Amino acid sequence: MATDELHATDATGAEETVHTGHPTPLTYFKVAMTLSVITAIEVGIFYLEWLGHGIIPILVILSGAKFALVVMYYMHLKYDHRLFSWMFVGGLLLAVAVVFALMGLFRFFI
Amino acid sequence: MAEVSAAAHGPEHEPTTTGLNHRKMLMWAFLGSDCMFFGSLIATYLVYKGKSLRGPEPLDVFSIPITSVSTFVLLMSSMSMVLAYAALTRGSLNGFRIWIASTAIMGMTFIGFQVFEFRDFAIHEAKIECADQAAIDEISPRLSSTQLNDLTDQCASGVAEAEIDFGVTPRTNLFGTTFFTLTGFHGAHVTLGVVWLLSLFFFSFKRGGVTPERNLDVDLAALYWHFVDVVWIIIFTVVYLFGVFEGF
Repeated sequence: MATDELHATDATGAEETVHTGHPTPLTYFKVAMTLSVITAIEVGIFYLEWLGHGIIPILVILSGAKFALVVMYYMHLKYDHRLFSWMFVGGLLLAVAVVFALMGLFRFFI
Repeated sequence: MAEVSAAAHGPEHEPTTTGLNHRKMLMWAFLGSDCMFFGSLIATYLVYKGKSLRGPEPLDVFSIPITSVSTFVLLMSSMSMVLAYAALTRGSLNGFRIWIASTAIMGMTFIGFQVFEFRDFAIHEAKIECADQAAIDEISPRLSSTQLNDLTDQCASGVAEAEIDFGVTPRTNLFGTTFFTLTGFHGAHVTLGVVWLLSLFFFSFKRGGVTPERNLDVDLAALYWHFVDVVWIIIFTVVYLFGVFEGF
């Protein structure tokens, strides 16, 4: 997806392109439309009863895609310093570990 | 290299050990810890799912079409939030005001949906045909003694269809407690976000209150707003869609 670029001139007069890391408003709009379409697909497949338990991995993948799109483009993690990504992903992984640990302790999977 | 706009997201040069802005660092640390907070609430909801001694269950009260609309509204509010930030970094203060006001309005709309939903759940009624013994046998184990007496009395009075109070509140059962705690805390986060957005909107009318050079103030609010959006993405799937799915 496209990002804004600044054309700047340095001390020697040579022009260089600086990536500001800002997606364009068009990119934001495309992401929003993608999120809407994924949500519509989620709700649509929810009514397909013949999918049975197959609906669970499909919904997990679709909501994971929405999560990733918002975090990467709207929260700018794709363009920001990697340390911010690690701080967020670290907390997220701990949260996932807590969820599965609690579910295991309470015999959710048995 | 020539000077780049203050809005740039590239390498930052703050006078800190990491070279990164400490306010932004703090916000990301907070969001990481908030992941664990919501993770615990989601896990609690899941481990108690189906463990309620009496109804109603998610299948009885959830309305996926209505929640889908509120989800759509929250997703769109994230788009208007980034457009507000983009407008500010371009130097368009009016554009910023329009988009951030739109975001706050959509946030309030989402809260409105949540209030409607909570109220609808609390006053929910079940309609049972008195002649349908299979339906009565199916629902009876999930009713309290008061509800069961009400059903028996109504059917004994000769009505074709009995209407019994089948609402859910935080005190009704485990589903009610865990559901309202999880979605209530999310709603509180959204409410706090709306207050933050509105304060930025009104602050922008003060000279020097919100400027392109000080866009970090808006960036932090935007990060928080997008976070409540991603939390809702998970809640919508895990609580609502999986909640109504009988096999989960």
